Amino acid sequence: MSLRSAHTCGYVLSAPTGMKNSKILPPATHSAPTCAISAIRQAKAVEIALSGDWVLDAQLPPLEPVLAQIETNAIKKIIFSTTALGRWDSMLVTELIKLIDYASQKGVAVDKASLPASIQGLLTLVSAVPERVDAHRDQAQTSWSQALVVSTGKAVQHSKEMLIFVGEMIISTFATLRGQAHFRRQDLWLYIQECGPSALPIVTLISLLVGLILAFVGAVQLSLFGAQIYIANLVSLGMTREMGGLMTAIIMSGRTGAAYAAQIGTMHVNSEIDALKTMNLDPMAFLVLPRMLALIIIMPLLCLYADLMGIIGGGFVTVNFFDVSLTEYLDRTASAVKMKDFIIGFVKCSVFGILIALSGCMRGMQCGRSASAVGDAGTSAVVTAIVFIVVADSVMTIICNRLGI
Amino acid sequence: MSILLNNISKNFGKFAALYDVSLEIPEGELVALLGPSGCGKTTLLRIIAGLETPDFGRVLLSGEDKTEQHVSRRGIGFVFQHYALFRHMTVFDNIAFGLRVKPRKERPTEAFISKKVHSLLELVQLDWLADRFPDQLSGGQRQRIALARALAVEPSVLLLDEPFGALDASVRKDLRQWLRNLHQELHVTSIFVTHDQEEAMEVASQVVVLNQGRIEQQGAPADIYDHPANAFVSKFIGQTNIFDLSETESNWLQRAGILAEKPQGIFAHVRPHHIDIVKAEEASGSPVTLKDWQHLGATIRVELFNPQHNGSGATLFAEMPNERFKQLNLNKGDRVAVHIKQAHWFN
Repeated sequence: MSLRSAHTCGYVLSAPTGMKNSKILPPATHSAPTCAISAIRQAKAVEIALSGDWVLDAQLPPLEPVLAQIETNAIKKIIFSTTALGRWDSMLVTELIKLIDYASQKGVAVDKASLPASIQGLLTLVSAVPERVDAHRDQAQTSWSQALVVSTGKAVQHSKEMLIFVGEMIISTFATLRGQAHFRRQDLWLYIQECGPSALPIVTLISLLVGLILAFVGAVQLSLFGAQIYIANLVSLGMTREMGGLMTAIIMSGRTGAAYAAQIGTMHVNSEIDALKTMNLDPMAFLVLPRMLALIIIMPLLCLYADLMGIIGGGFVTVNFFDVSLTEYLDRTASAVKMKDFIIGFVKCSVFGILIALSGCMRGMQCGRSASAVGDAGTSAVVTAIVFIVVADSVMTIICNRLGI
Repeated sequence: MSILLNNISKNFGKFAALYDVSLEIPEGELVALLGPSGCGKTTLLRIIAGLETPDFGRVLLSGEDKTEQHVSRRGIGFVFQHYALFRHMTVFDNIAFGLRVKPRKERPTEAFISKKVHSLLELVQLDWLADRFPDQLSGGQRQRIALARALAVEPSVLLLDEPFGALDASVRKDLRQWLRNLHQELHVTSIFVTHDQEEAMEVASQVVVLNQGRIEQQGAPADIYDHPANAFVSKFIGQTNIFDLSETESNWLQRAGILAEKPQGIFAHVRPHHIDIVKAEEASGSPVTLKDWQHLGATIRVELFNPQHNGSGATLFAEMPNERFKQLNLNKGDRVAVHIKQAHWFN
């Protein structure tokens, strides 16, 4: 026995001292410690009485009769009675877990408070499996109202930034006009060179193709009525009033707007803008104004060139595929397009030029202080510019329509 | 030009970059703003320059309130950490730029500008680089050109934001000495920001230690090193062994007769060169053993290990001249008796 009890002790996890010398100690001669479990039916509960030594080498009583008791529908609650409980170790806890699991399956409440504190502690430990946080998806789904608030806040912030930028720009423009700010003419020529002649190849290609597409799209419908001759009207009016300017603006926002954002953004990252400020230079007048002026000057000229290319592209299709002679095409074009159409195209393109320079320079000046911020500034400059351009174009088209020009 | 800052506070959103900073810098000093990263030193410099505006407080230059004044009218020269040279201009044009963009009335003649630029290039010892572009220069050369550019407009205050931060160690060492000499030559009130305490101690005539937006201590380098005002300064300037006497350390410190003086606080900060070691007799009962040592040139840094104490205090560093270490004739694992000559006490 002494040998065995020493052996048993090794498995005792925790037993309160009060429980150790329990009343029901097994007789010294007994071969194995005895333990018993019984269920006593009360009004709506079952009292489960545990007695004897619940240790590793004890002869365990069958659990089934007790479980059968719980299965009765009327039972709502299980309470424990441990007054006769002797020594115990994890064996008891294992049996209890079986019981509790069974009870929870059946929807029966278990009053663990009637168990000794140390058993409760072990049960808590067993059930306290840490939740696997990594396997869960983040529940950070915002409701639409929150999203609305956030995006409204952002929109307000953006408009504020833009207002500040435009305000600063107007101040510098007046300062430059009064000769107070430093404006370098040689920079202006450099920027004109950069955004004008160098952009010709791509403007040529795109405009030719746009004219060609316009001609094809129109031809499909017009040839139904045998009115191919009107392709010339469609292409020339479409290019001069709308597509020439719009396509040039979109090309330039990708080519020049992004470049402006990247140039100014890089200067910002390298503290060159701060350096300019310390040298009594207004970055608005020195960096932004010449760029903007260059685009305002160049855009209408590019637009004119794009119109010409579009008409040539359309003419190529019309003359070659739709049985219209070159003279007819040119004649129709000349009679369709009036000076006011060119002027509308010019005005639109100047406005687009301002918008491209504005978004490019603004995003550049708002650029963060890291290298990746320069890329973001370029992207956002193009997106901003295209949104501005399309919105402005719609507004101007509606105005022209209302005014009847 | 003297600089006076009165109760400067600056917040970025909810983050308080500077909190009620007051500072006086007399004319002609070379001052280092020293602190760990994020302590607000660059913000303070930018506020002096006028590149940032403080939320509260005033900036006085030569006794005049210039808080609202634009950066360009403060008469400052600014040198940036990443040089901020204009990449599309030659070195000559970069330096001449500040003069060429002056309003027409103040603008000097081209001949004068050329003379001035060459004299500046001579000053920074790079006269032969006038026609190069910044991309063709090394980091150290670029920084010297940036300094020449800042000096071209004859600023009354020179502000340098981590001027040697992006340079390699040997170039940095050369430039430190060079900057000090340059300052002695020009006597322009200069402030430079650094997180390198060695650099601050070596170059500056005054050091201002900042931490978490507050000034911890201001004084001459020697003053700050020998009499740190608080535990942060003591830890930040130079290497320090820290003994926490509220824990077990007081026992062995006193039992081993290590401390020469009576404890005057809870924390004892001991400089490595204030720790003296001798080879211990077997019976002396000193628990400390010699773990390792490193050559630092003229001195040796000895790493001591105290097995009785676990945690950060288990390793001590002591420094001594080479000869002294040779005399001791110690080997790794030898028991040594430790004697602390001097300590700074903090609570």
